[in-house]
Amino acid sequence: MTVVGEPGTKELLSLEDLDAVSGHRTGRKHVLSILVENKPGVLTRIAGLFARRGFNIDTLAVGPTDDDAVSRVTLTVDGAKHPIDQVTKQLHKLVNVLKIRDLEPEESVARELALFKIACDGGTRGEVMQIAGIFRAHVVDVGRRSIVVEVTGPDDKIEAFEALVRPFGLVEMVRTGEIAISRGRGET
Amino acid sequence: MRAADALMEALKAEGVEVVFGLPGGANLPTYDALYDAGIRHILVRHEAGGGHAAEGYAKATGRVGVALATSGPGATNLVTPICDAMMDSVPTVFITGQVRTELIGTDGFQEADIGGITLPIVKHSFMVQDPREIPQAVHEAFHLARSGRPGPVLVDIPQDLSRADIEYEPATDVSLPGYQPTTEGNQKQIRLAAKAMANARRPVLYGGGGIVNADAGPEFVELATSDRFPVTLTVMGLGAFPAPHEQWLGMLGMHGTRAANYAMDEADLIVAIGARFDDRITGKLSEFAPRAKFIHIDVDPAEISKNVPAHIPIVGDAKNILPRLLAEYRALETDDSRLEDWWSRIEGWRRQYPLGYEDSADSEIKPQYMVQALYEATGGDAIVTSDVGQHQMWTAQYFHFDRPRRWINSGGLGTMGFGLPAAMGAQIGCPDQLVCCIAGDGSVQMNMQELATCSEHGIPIKVFIMNNGYLGMVRQWQELFWDRRYSQVDMGKHPDFVKLAEAYGATGMRLEDKSQLVDGMKQALATDGPVLVDVRVTREENTYPMIPAGQAARDMVG
Repeated sequence: MTVVGEPGTKELLSLEDLDAVSGHRTGRKHVLSILVENKPGVLTRIAGLFARRGFNIDTLAVGPTDDDAVSRVTLTVDGAKHPIDQVTKQLHKLVNVLKIRDLEPEESVARELALFKIACDGGTRGEVMQIAGIFRAHVVDVGRRSIVVEVTGPDDKIEAFEALVRPFGLVEMVRTGEIAISRGRGET
Repeated sequence: MRAADALMEALKAEGVEVVFGLPGGANLPTYDALYDAGIRHILVRHEAGGGHAAEGYAKATGRVGVALATSGPGATNLVTPICDAMMDSVPTVFITGQVRTELIGTDGFQEADIGGITLPIVKHSFMVQDPREIPQAVHEAFHLARSGRPGPVLVDIPQDLSRADIEYEPATDVSLPGYQPTTEGNQKQIRLAAKAMANARRPVLYGGGGIVNADAGPEFVELATSDRFPVTLTVMGLGAFPAPHEQWLGMLGMHGTRAANYAMDEADLIVAIGARFDDRITGKLSEFAPRAKFIHIDVDPAEISKNVPAHIPIVGDAKNILPRLLAEYRALETDDSRLEDWWSRIEGWRRQYPLGYEDSADSEIKPQYMVQALYEATGGDAIVTSDVGQHQMWTAQYFHFDRPRRWINSGGLGTMGFGLPAAMGAQIGCPDQLVCCIAGDGSVQMNMQELATCSEHGIPIKVFIMNNGYLGMVRQWQELFWDRRYSQVDMGKHPDFVKLAEAYGATGMRLEDKSQLVDGMKQALATDGPVLVDVRVTREENTYPMIPAGQAARDMVG
C-alpha cells in the first residue's frame, strides 16, 4: 500500500503514483472572470494562490474596467487537472477579490488575439495571405522574408490557424490569453 | 499627528492592552510612539517567541494577539508564528517595520520583502504606501484577524512613513467590499441537518478548533447532550466538550482512541463542526468513514468538500448555527432509544480498548504518567500549552480538558518551540490562572530564551520538560517504519536544565522518581515566578494507539 508523500512509507514512489492524486474534476476548460480591487499586489496574490495550491493557470489577461477602482482578471484553468470548485472558493478568500464568475461556454463569448510571424518569400506569401483571409485575419506587417498576421477569435480558431501556417515556418507567436464576456443583458 | 502615534491610537481604539515585540532600526518610530502610549509591551528575546506569545495570548483569551518586529531578520523571524497562526486560525496582527520607501527594492540594509514572503501564509496583508493609510490598515487588519475564519494579518510600515505628519480621526468602520464572511447559516440546510440527525442510527459529532474560535463550546455541549450523541474532538477542539463525560469518546485521529476512530469508521452520519478533515484525522481518505453521510458546518466555505464531500454543507458561525440546529432538532421529538444499539457497540470498544500503558515496576516515570501526575497536581485546573511531538499527543490523551481555551498547542503547523512562548502569552492574557507548559526536551530548546522574558516580567509559567533525550516522535517513526535506524534523533548531551533555569533567573527543578512526582510538581506549582522542571521519563516509549500514516481507522495499532 503506497501513500503519496507520507513519511511513514519508505518505498520509492513511481512517477505514476505521483500523478494519480485525485479530486473532483470537470474535465473541461474553465474561463474565470474575476473582478478585483485595483490595488498593488493583487495579481501576485492571485498568482501566488495558484502556485501554493498547486493549480496551474493556462492563460491570463488583466485589464481595466469601466470603474477605475476595479480591474478584471480573466484566466483559464484546466478542469481536468484541477478541482474548479476549490479554485474559486480559495480565490473568494482573497480580500481584494470582489466577484468571480465561472463563465459557461454556451452563455459567454470568449476571444483571444494572437500575432503570428511567419517565414515566407515571394513564392509562399500569397498562400499565407490567402489562409489569413479565410480566417478573417489581418496582415499587419510585411517584410521581404516574413509576414506578421493578427488573428482574433476563440482559442480553437487560433490553434487551427497555427496548425495551417506552421509548415511555412513559424518564426514566433504571441497570444494575449482569452478574455470573455457573458451573453445577454446581464453583467458578467 | 505623527503616523506612528496614530498607529498607537488605532491600536488602543481596537482595545489592545499588550503587544509582544523587539525593536530595531526600521521600527524606531513605532517604539518611540510606544514609549508613552500606555500600551504594555513585553520585550521578547527572539521575534519568534513574540509571535508565539501573541498566539498564546489570542488562544487563551479569544482577543487579537499582536506582535511587533523590525524589518529584515526581525520580520523573517515572525514567519513561523505567522504560518502557525494561519494553520490554526489564530486571530493575530503582526506589525513590521520596513526600510524607508526610497530604499525599497534596492536590497537595502535589513530589507526583506516580508509581504511577499508571507503572502501564502496570511489571511491578508497591508504593505503601507501612504502614511494616511496606516490607521485604516490597522482597523481593517483587526477586523480581518478576528472575523469570519480568524487568522494572521500583516501590516508592513516603511520607517519614513511612520514619521509623517498625518491627520488622525478615530474611525473603526471598515470598508472591505471583497470580504463578507457568511456567518448566519442557511435555515433550510439547518433544518435538513436536524432531520438527518434525527434519522441517524449511528451518528457521531466531530468537532474541531472552529468551535473554540467561535466561543461556541456551551452551544456545542447543549446540542450534544440534547440527545445521547457520541462526541469526539480533534486535537484543536479539545475542551469544547468536557472530557470526563459519558458521551465523550476521546480525541480522534492518528493518536485518538479506538472508540472514537471506530465510531467514525462505522458511523452512518458524521456531523463535522469547525473541523477540516485534516489528514491526521482521516488517514487514508478513500477508506475514511465509508458508510457515513456528512453534515459539515464551517465558517470557511473553502473547507467544505475540500477533502471529504459534504452531503449537507452549512456555511456560517457555529455560535449562530448550533442553537438553531438544536431548536430544529428538538422540534422533531426523536426517540433516543434508537441510539441504544450504537451505544452498546461503542461501550464494547471502550471496554475492550481503553487508553492505557504499561506502568513501570520501579521508580521510572512513564511519560503518560507524567501527564496524569500533572493533571492530579493541578486538579485539572490549568491552561496547558505544549510543543509538538509525543508529549503533545500524550497530553491530549491524558490531560482531560473540560473547557475551551485551556489547551493551547500547535496543531496544524506542528511547530516545535511553540509551547513556552505560548504559555508566556497565555499567562499575560490570563494573569489569574495557572499556566503550565508540557514541553519536549527537543522542542523546549527552540525558544528557551523566553525564560529570560518570563523572569524579567515575573510571568509565572510552570514548564515541565518531558525529557526522554530523544526527538521522540521521529524516533518512534524510525522504530516502527524505518527499521529502527535511529538517524539523528538522540539529543545527546543535554544542557543542565536546572542550572539553565537558574541562569535565566527562574527556578529549576529535576524530578526522576515516580513516587515523588506529584508532590514535586505541586511544589513547582507553589513556587513563585517561572519554574522549569526537568522530568526524566522512559527513553523509548511509543505513543499509542496509532493509525499508521495513510492507513484507515481499522488499521490502528498499539
